[in-house]
Order: sequence, then structure tokens, then C-alpha cells
Amino acid sequence: MSESETPIQETRINLAPAERTSPSISVRLLRLFSSLPNLGLLIFLIIAWQLASTVWLPSIDPHMAVLMPAPTLIAKTAAAMIASGELFYHLTASLKREAMAFLFSAVAIPLGIAMGWWRLVYNQVQPIMEILRPIPPLAWIPLSILWFGLGDEQNEFIIFLGMFFPILVNTIVGVKNIEPNLVRAARSLGAPEYKVLGRVVFKGALPQIITGVRIGLGVGWMALVAAELVGANSGLGFLINDARSMLRTDVIVVGMLTIGLIGLLIDIAIRMISRRLLPWSLALGR
Amino acid sequence: MGRLTVKGLSKVYGESSAAGSVTALQNVSFEVPDNQFCSILGHSGCGKTTLLNIAAGFEKPTSGSVMVDGEPIRTPGWQNTMIFQDYALFPWASVADNIAFGLEMKNMPRHKRLDTTQYFIGLVGLKGFENKYPHQLSGGMRQRVAIARALAVRPQLLLMDEPFAALDAQNRAFMQDELVRIWQREPKTVMLVTHSIDEAIKLSDCIAVMTRRPGRVKEFIQVELPRPRDEDDAAYLKLKRKLRDLIHDEMEEQ
Ligand SMILES: Nc1ncnc2c1ncn2[C@@H]1O[C@H](COP(=O)(O)OP(=O)(O)O)[C@@H](O)[C@H]1O
Ligand SMILES: [Mg+2]
Repeated sequence: MSESETPIQETRINLAPAERTSPSISVRLLRLFSSLPNLGLLIFLIIAWQLASTVWLPSIDPHMAVLMPAPTLIAKTAAAMIASGELFYHLTASLKREAMAFLFSAVAIPLGIAMGWWRLVYNQVQPIMEILRPIPPLAWIPLSILWFGLGDEQNEFIIFLGMFFPILVNTIVGVKNIEPNLVRAARSLGAPEYKVLGRVVFKGALPQIITGVRIGLGVGWMALVAAELVGANSGLGFLINDARSMLRTDVIVVGMLTIGLIGLLIDIAIRMISRRLLPWSLALGR
Repeated sequence: MGRLTVKGLSKVYGESSAAGSVTALQNVSFEVPDNQFCSILGHSGCGKTTLLNIAAGFEKPTSGSVMVDGEPIRTPGWQNTMIFQDYALFPWASVADNIAFGLEMKNMPRHKRLDTTQYFIGLVGLKGFENKYPHQLSGGMRQRVAIARALAVRPQLLLMDEPFAALDAQNRAFMQDELVRIWQREPKTVMLVTHSIDEAIKLSDCIAVMTRRPGRVKEFIQVELPRPRDEDDAAYLKLKRKLRDLIHDEMEEQ
């Protein structure tokens, strides 16, 4: 019985070194400061932009100054839009569509596993996939408006199309690239076929699946903005298109920056999650 | 329990009459008593891996069969586990989870699984490494995990395909001794493939010397030397010379 006690204690002891490997906050701050000189060009450009919008352009033609809002004005507008909740309202509308579309496009994961694993499924689905895949999601906008009308469903459908194929293709590749001996080892240890699929094939393909999800969320985010430009009355794409009709270039730029920033944050989040979830795959150099 | 019988075993890759078909094994027969350690010795390409793959249930024989206690092996399963040359450890699972995998597949209750895993971790000398991942281990330690994982399901037959080929000379000699120690604590019928004469003598109760392609058993030799085997012992050297001549003949016949 004492044998069964020991592993639990040792589990706790062994956790410590694993946690110590992630850099401490002070190390991260140090890295941040040391990368500051790299922002020199960016800061210079912002200053030049500021001068161009407030001094140079107004001196030529006051109307042109409107087309190039100064960084200070953009910051002020951003602060006002955050305070009023307007930016948050459009952001959540967009994020909700992205999330809904992702829930649907997650179907690509089981489908991709089935296609990577069973040749018959692959042979049947692959021609359909090859026909549909080169059609840009945006080309579906007219038909999808007729199908769903303007609104969330139509938007989500366009985003879904952007996400689906990157996830599908990467899942197939992930399954096909699994080390065959891992599958054999699992069978040799008595794993029935469904456990081979769930415990070995899925896990072995997971790094590549997550890569697909990363790409898919990125493509979906781009498709989202385009879909909202055309067929929505909320969301970041709607926001910047609506601001155009009122010549609010400052609002447009705030919207554009938000779109870029959120896209980046989504990407960073997925990378952080996968690093946490799959420490082993980084070691494999994937 | 695990008397291994290889009976009239042949394997032809491709359509047997067609051009380009390869006869990997031809009428191979031998028998290994329960809990004996048997080595398959032969040049590369003589069908050793093919023999193991059939014994593991990964491939179907063209004719003949591999039997354990008179029952032909048809599918892979815990009764006949394989240790791979590249270890084939699950990279996403810790040492303990790798070893527990087969036990989980056998639906062993959790507390018993933990006990068994812990016992085999101790047996192969990996105490303190339970929560490490394969990529954090040296080659020799990965080999230990693979051995523990294969033994933990308590197979009737343990198959090993050149398990030490990827290790450096020093580690290899050390792991060979370790394998004998582990096998003496957990007796099993073992079929190990090697192209090293010394490895075969050091480890085995019996050695099947294979001919070049198509692989046939050229001679089946009982090793009567006491363990641990002494490389300078006269009987050891005599056996080594005999095996070298058998293998050498194969070179001449080329
Ligand atoms: N899947 C296969 N298809 C066709 N030929 C094969 C296959 N596997 C092995 N062979 C051939 O069978 C022969 C024996 O191979 P193998 O069993 O791997 O030998 P060894 O393990 O002794 O080096 C070789 O000539 C090899 O090319
Ligand atoms: Mg081989």
C-alpha cells in the first residue's frame, strides 16, 4: 500500500521544476524594455504623421486634413468611443459572429480526421473539397444574402467558409503525418480502433489542428470585416463603413486599428493556449 | 505462459508470381519454450522485422503461422507487445501516462493501475521521472519507458526490433545488462531481433541464425552459458566464433 502513496507525493514535488521554466515577470519586463529601441522607426513615423496632419496638410488644403486624422485626434476619438461603450458594442458583435462561426467550422476537425484516416472518406470528399476550396468566401456574399438575408446568419456563414478549409486541410495533414509506429504501439498495447483514433490519432494531429485553427480564425476575421461591410448593422466592419458615409476618418482609423489589434490578440491567445496545452509539440520543433 | 511456435512461416510481399515480388521469409520454423529469451540473428534485409511484424499481428503471413501456446496470432494486442527501435513513446504523455496506456486499454481499475505503473517505473529504474515527457529524457531512459510500457500489460510474448541500435556503445552494453536484469525479475518469452553477435550471446537462451534473403533459419542454437555471461570465457568465445562463421558463410554466398 505504501507503494500507492509515494507517486502522489512525488507528483507534487516534480511539478515545481516544470513551472519554474516559464520566465518570471521581471524577466519579461526586462525583455520588453530591451526591445524598446526597435520601436524607434515606428515612433518617428507617428511623429511625422502628427506633423503632416496638423501642420503640413492644413497649410495646403484644409479639406485634405480630414482625410488624414492626426494620431492625437485618433487617440481622443478612441477614448471617447471606449467611454461611450460604442467600440465595445461593435467589438462584441464581431467577436460573437467569429465565435459562432468557429463553433460551426469545428466540424472540420472530425471530418478532417475521418478524411486523413479512412482512404474511402478521403476519396469521396476530396473532389468536393477541391471544387469549393478555391472559391473565396467573399464570392459567397451575394448568394448567402439571398439565402439568409442580411444579418448575423449571413455574416457567420461567410466567416464559417473562411475558417472551414484551413482547419480541414491542416487536420488532414496532421493525421496523415502521424508517426505510424505510434499507431502500431497503441494497437500492440491493446487499444481498440476507436481509442486509437481518440487517444493517438487526434492527439498526434493536435499541433497541426491548432495551426489550422489559428489560420482559420485569422482568415475568418478578415472575412468577417468584409461580410460586415456589406450586410450588417453592427460590428467593426459596419462601424468603419458607416463612418465613411459621415466622413469620420478618425472613427474609421480607430475601427481599423481595433480590427488589427484584436486579430493579433486572437493569434497570440491561440499560441499561448497551444504552448500551455502542448509543451511536447514545441520540443518536436513544430 | 507463452510457448512460442513459428511453423512453416513464409511471407511474400507483392503478388507471389508477379515480377518485383519479394520473398522475405521462406518456411521458417522454430520453437521457444515458455519464458525463454530468443534472439533472431541475421544480416539486414533477411526478414527479421517481417518476422516480428507477423508475430506482433501487424502483418499477415503468406503461409504458416506464429503461435503462442498453440494459438495463432492474428491481430495486435497486449498478449504480444512490441518494443520499437525508435521507442514510439507517445510524445504528449508523461512517463507514467505512457506506461499506464496499456493498462487503461485493459480497463484496469485506477488504483491498481497506479500501483502497477509505479511498480514498473521502479523496476526499470525511472523513479523520480514519472512526470517527465519523452523529449526530456535521454535515449537510454526512453528505452526504459518503452520496456516498462510493454511489460506493464503482462504480455505472453515480448517482441523487440533491434532495440539498442540507436544507443551509443557504452549505453548499449549497459542497457543490455539492464534488460537481462529486468527480464529475470519479470520472466517473459522474448523474441529479439539483432544483427550483433555479442548482443545475441549476451542476452539469449537460444539464437535463430537467419540466411540472407529469402530468410530461412540456418541454424537454431541453444546457449547454455551461465549468466551473467563473461565475454572472456572460453565457451563464450567458441560460440562467438561459431556464430561468426555462420554469418560469414552468408557473406561468401552473396
Ligand atoms: N512492406 C514491404 N513491402 C515490400 N517489401 C518489403 C516490405 N517490408 C520489407 N520488405 C522487404 O523484405 C525484405 C526483408 O525486410 P525486413 O524484414 O525489414 O528485413 P530486416 O529487418 O532483417 O532488415 C527486404 O528485402 C525488404 O525490402
Ligand atoms: Mg529490420
